[in-house]
Amino acid sequence: MTKWYRENAPITADKLADELMRLKRGSVSRRHFLGVTGLGLATAVLARQPGLFSSTAFAQDLGTQMSIATWPNYHDPATFEAFQAATGVAVEVNVFGSNEEMLAKLQAGGTGWDLFVPTNYTISTYVKLGLIDELDLSKLPNYDAATETARFTNEGVVDGKTYAVPKNWGTTGIALNSSKIKTPVTSWKDFFEVAMTEADGRAMVHDYQLTTIGNALVSLGYSFNSTKPEELAKAEELLIKVKPHLYAINSDYQPSMRATDAWMTMCWTNDGAQLNRDMPEIQFVLGKDGGEIWSDFYAIPKSAANKAAGYALLNYLMKPENAVKEHIANGAPTTDSRVLKLLPADVTGNKIVYPDEASLTPLEFGAAVTLTDPGRAELMARFKSA
Amino acid sequence: MPMATNTKRNLVTAALVAPAAAWLMIFLVLPFIAMLVFAFGERAPEGGYQAAFTFAQFARLPTRAAAFWNTMVLAPVGALVCLLVAYPVAYYLAVKSDPRYRLILVSLVVVPFWTSLLVRTYAWMYILGSRGIPNLLSMIGLEDVRLLNTPGAVLLGIVYGYLPLMIMPIYVSLEKLDRRLLEASADLGARPVSTFFGVTLPLSLPGVMTGVALVTILLLGEYLIPQLLGGGKVFFIGNALVDLFLQSRNWPFGSAIAVTLVAVVVVILMVAMRIAFRVAGTRQVDLV
Repeated sequence: MTKWYRENAPITADKLADELMRLKRGSVSRRHFLGVTGLGLATAVLARQPGLFSSTAFAQDLGTQMSIATWPNYHDPATFEAFQAATGVAVEVNVFGSNEEMLAKLQAGGTGWDLFVPTNYTISTYVKLGLIDELDLSKLPNYDAATETARFTNEGVVDGKTYAVPKNWGTTGIALNSSKIKTPVTSWKDFFEVAMTEADGRAMVHDYQLTTIGNALVSLGYSFNSTKPEELAKAEELLIKVKPHLYAINSDYQPSMRATDAWMTMCWTNDGAQLNRDMPEIQFVLGKDGGEIWSDFYAIPKSAANKAAGYALLNYLMKPENAVKEHIANGAPTTDSRVLKLLPADVTGNKIVYPDEASLTPLEFGAAVTLTDPGRAELMARFKSA
Repeated sequence: MPMATNTKRNLVTAALVAPAAAWLMIFLVLPFIAMLVFAFGERAPEGGYQAAFTFAQFARLPTRAAAFWNTMVLAPVGALVCLLVAYPVAYYLAVKSDPRYRLILVSLVVVPFWTSLLVRTYAWMYILGSRGIPNLLSMIGLEDVRLLNTPGAVLLGIVYGYLPLMIMPIYVSLEKLDRRLLEASADLGARPVSTFFGVTLPLSLPGVMTGVALVTILLLGEYLIPQLLGGGKVFFIGNALVDLFLQSRNWPFGSAIAVTLVAVVVVILMVAMRIAFRVAGTRQVDLV
């Protein structure tokens, strides 16, 4: 098993030994032990305990293999193992760096994905292009629209039909290694300045038009979602000026930040929480001049080969007891009040995961137009090939 | 009956060539025609291709000049550095090594191919990353040296990845070298150095040219190494292509670049082969 796996495991070996000693000493109940170590779930799964899973989704043949397209460092690998133990379906995980890349693969066809994780601003385009199906909510008894937070979930519903259900929400902020960078960074304006000075050769931007162009626009005082040619031209000028000073253009920045090859990066909430948890010197800040707030969804491609398994996994992930493990492992805030209740206080009290409402005010949700705007697409491509 | 033999021979030839021809037709010629058609089309509003007849895509080629330039510089430079490293190795293997161990030594050159280039390139990411060589350098007082995501790292990755492809053709051309020519050269009073430059090197030139052409052409389409060791900043035309198809979903422009790249490769190949044959041809005539 890789180091990454262990870092994201729901419980470490040391912690397991601790809990085992506590159980033996009698200071905790067996129930607590099984709950906190995840062994309870594993045992239940192995025993196929009735009632753990809703039976509807498992009535049909699920096959032995399915495929999910998602983001880097976004799931607890134990979730997929538990799902396989319960259903016999192995989950192949494909990791992407941008929504544009996911869209391109689906447009080209033959992805083989049975479930994928698109971001809020892309759903309407997927519907328009006929790439995703309306969800059959009767196959998702664990999903409850009433417990979801509307502002994060409304983009999954198009013309009154539910095409996607929320995974979690989050923000795009700045992660920086405070042992390497002493200049205070509180805005995207600071980010690009420090990237060219103190963090010369050590800053990363996403390989993703929405955030890289969006945050450059924000640093210049424009809207994150601008498609105005003159504003995009200014953003391009800034990005091309910054480019020689960058460490890399890559959406999978955790390895570089952990190795301290990179000292500062554009960063999603969940990565910020994971990095800060393991390396407290890495801080996560939101731009006070703006930036992105987002929610990610689960959707099933029209072309999915194994829709039954796609629904089964989705229903499994929608069960609060399973979702809570995902949230503890990946560090992204939940949209579901049932999950919020189950989360431990150290997660709900974490300011990276659940920031003050005031710091969210300047942030913008991505707009659908940015996904297909040829100006932004070509700007990103020119920036990279400059 | 010469007619019958000819027909039979033609049939055998056709049977032998058919599988490869069908393969090339379906997976090379037809896709290339599709690409050619796409190159004169337009990007659909949501991305992809929409039918049209325009030269607009070719007119935009200059916006990728930097990527073309990087490729045109790093591919030949990479091939040249490969050559400088590979030649002594090939020479040792073919001429100096003990024939009893030669087969083992030659196999060792090929051993890296047993592991995927992706995995081996990832290994370089760790060696060049902060916890690798820069960490060792910091112990002797050189703080914060950055090796990864530089053009140098890309060049290193290229030479590492393509070295066996350069060694093999040179080795083959040196191995079949007639030793009597070397003895003759020595008998006629040439020093080893002049024998090398007057006899060995010219006779191995076809292998050298094959190696250089092979590595250069593969490098022109390289995508992986610049992506992993260049951090997406050292941009090859291969990376520009991936971006156009997988990010901005501009198939027509991507096709126009791909067609241009194929044209460039064909020209390079023709020039390289012509030089190789000319050199080989004249030398053989001289010696006979």
